[in-house]
Amino acid sequence: MAATPKEPVEFSGAGPLNAPISGVLTWVDQRFPLMSLWRDHLSQYYAPKNFNFWYFFGGLAMLVLVIQIVTGIFLVMHYKPSAAEAFASVEYIMRDVPMGWLIRYMHSTGASAFFIVIYLHMFRGLMYGSYRQPRELIWIFGMLIYLCLMAEAFFGYLLPWGQMSFWGAQVIINLFDALPLIGPDLSTWIRGDFVISDATLNRFFAFHVIALPLVLLGLVAAHIMALHEVGSNNPDGVEIKKHKDAQGRPLDGIPFHPYYTVKDMVGVVVFLFLFFMVVFFAPEMGGYFLEFNNFIPADPLKTPPHIAPVWYFTPYYSILRAITEDFMLVLAIGVAAYVVLIWLTARNQRVKFAASVIGLALIVLMKGGPLAIEAKVWGVVMMGAATLIFFLMPWLDRSPVKSIRYKGPLFKAALTSFVIVFLVLGYYGTQTVTPAGTIISQVGTLIYFSFFLLMPWYSAIDKTKPEPDRVTMR
Amino acid sequence: MIKNMNKINRLFAILLLVPALALAAGDHVRLDRAPINEEDHASLQRGARHFANYCLNCHSASYMRFNRLQDIGLTEAQIRDNLVFTGVKVGELMRVAMDPKDAKNWFGVAPPDLSVIARSRASADGSGADWLYTYLRSFYRDAERPTGWNNTIFANVGMPHALWELQGEQVLAERKVRGEGYMKTEMALKLDKPGQLTPAQYDEMVADLVNYMVFMGEPVRSNRKTIGMFVLMALGLLFIFVYALKKEYWKDVH
Repeated sequence: MAATPKEPVEFSGAGPLNAPISGVLTWVDQRFPLMSLWRDHLSQYYAPKNFNFWYFFGGLAMLVLVIQIVTGIFLVMHYKPSAAEAFASVEYIMRDVPMGWLIRYMHSTGASAFFIVIYLHMFRGLMYGSYRQPRELIWIFGMLIYLCLMAEAFFGYLLPWGQMSFWGAQVIINLFDALPLIGPDLSTWIRGDFVISDATLNRFFAFHVIALPLVLLGLVAAHIMALHEVGSNNPDGVEIKKHKDAQGRPLDGIPFHPYYTVKDMVGVVVFLFLFFMVVFFAPEMGGYFLEFNNFIPADPLKTPPHIAPVWYFTPYYSILRAITEDFMLVLAIGVAAYVVLIWLTARNQRVKFAASVIGLALIVLMKGGPLAIEAKVWGVVMMGAATLIFFLMPWLDRSPVKSIRYKGPLFKAALTSFVIVFLVLGYYGTQTVTPAGTIISQVGTLIYFSFFLLMPWYSAIDKTKPEPDRVTMR
Repeated sequence: MIKNMNKINRLFAILLLVPALALAAGDHVRLDRAPINEEDHASLQRGARHFANYCLNCHSASYMRFNRLQDIGLTEAQIRDNLVFTGVKVGELMRVAMDPKDAKNWFGVAPPDLSVIARSRASADGSGADWLYTYLRSFYRDAERPTGWNNTIFANVGMPHALWELQGEQVLAERKVRGEGYMKTEMALKLDKPGQLTPAQYDEMVADLVNYMVFMGEPVRSNRKTIGMFVLMALGLLFIFVYALKKEYWKDVH
């Protein structure tokens, strides 16, 4: 069946090239949905007009992704994924490859910048309820991107083959060792050897440069497609599609292009200014972006006195270290208290029953004498849970309003505590273990999980303000 | 409402400072600040000579090419005539002939490659330069060590004091210092036998050497900052235009 021929594309630019450009565009458009893609995603994608500072970070995350991919391609041209040559090849890039140092510093700074931007982007979502119905899938795709990014960063960090690369990977892979039954075989399977070696480096290289970037790009596409399907949230958390003009355009929406393209350009320039300040003047960022120990080639026989992951993993690393044998009782009591809370408040009998069974099983596994699993394993489980629990956000928040602007004091206090705890955990994750640090991390861990697990209660009873009908400009 | 938003933003700004405000825990060594100037080519050239004379026999700098020394104002001929002793070409890497296995037998540990040593020795206590500057001035005689030398900031170090003829011999001696309201003794370095250089000259020589090692750790360092200034200026200029563009487009959005 022949497709209906499309209308010729009118090119509205000025000048003598008008006609030929229109011709080319028409030719392409009749064979490829060029103009409709352009309209759907840019010139006629209506975004709320009240985006504020926090709305720069989605676009910036895409920019950093592009920076990482492009610099990554150039690095791969000179890097050698072999235990014997990797460290030297990085120094070769730093010294003998023209502008190699710039490409490498952009990539290493880009890794940290990616997490800064993503954390701010996630914080925006938490503040304005961007995970709420109908945007649950956007949030889920976003969280998958975040997990993927963490894996990407972890695999990439082994590649310079410095001391921290080696021992950081050692610590993380040994976590799998702790899992019951399959642990030792699983960690050997991940390493491809009985120790971290050339084989490990090679497979991490494959994951870092091919597998995860592909997944990452696919997820980013899904994230944006889902976003453009339902439309963007905004700082007021009200739906702009409720009020449309005669042509069906949201009254509070403005076309993404040109309004947000020109606005995002300002954000991009400011971001690049800060980014290049680090790249050119403080590429090590005091040992946080490039750890000093990583300038020593990996030595399997010499364990560094203090192994710390890169800063963006440290909140989770703190949670891992917080789960000690004597903390298990606290955790078990926490689970019991949570089951009681569900019993007291849930109306559905089946929910009560399920909560009791799951709670009892957890308590037995935590503190049930011979049936208990050791604390080390629970550390791994809690660390994993700390990253995965974000997925539940759309169903945990029971507030009648989306945005923090109209939420009550309980939610504001909870979110503030969560951010403080995230930073404090992050800080203690960079430090050597001290008794005080462990207790602070344990309290932090409890607050971290309480923010999520108690949300159905505090968000429901919170005293909210009425949402406005239309977005507000402020 | 506006007040609320500002509060959140302000709180956020404060939160960002939390990790920086907290003090690092753990044991620390007191490092002397290395008096180095990475723009001082004369100092870097002296440092390069010391490095070739005293370090490059046992330690390699195998990521560094000799001809990179052109960056600190030397000509290829100067490099070839004054710094390359082993007859290698000027475009080659600073390797050593010593077999790491022999080295391990002699010193208990193979001498590490020094290309990026200044970068790896940085810590919360000070820069890598500070560490090296303190380290090279902290050797003392210790009869219990196989080499006869020990070091106050690197206990039981495998390296003997390669510069002892210049510095002389230090010993660790008790010294009375003023405590809080009472005198206490502590162990401190004392020059026992003077060397060819006065302590001030020796410090200067070590500073030159450390200056060179910092350069060698990242030869592009000073160039990078120059390029950085231009990049930031260009972005600053671009900001004016993109901001004006945004203002122009947004003037009818209310």
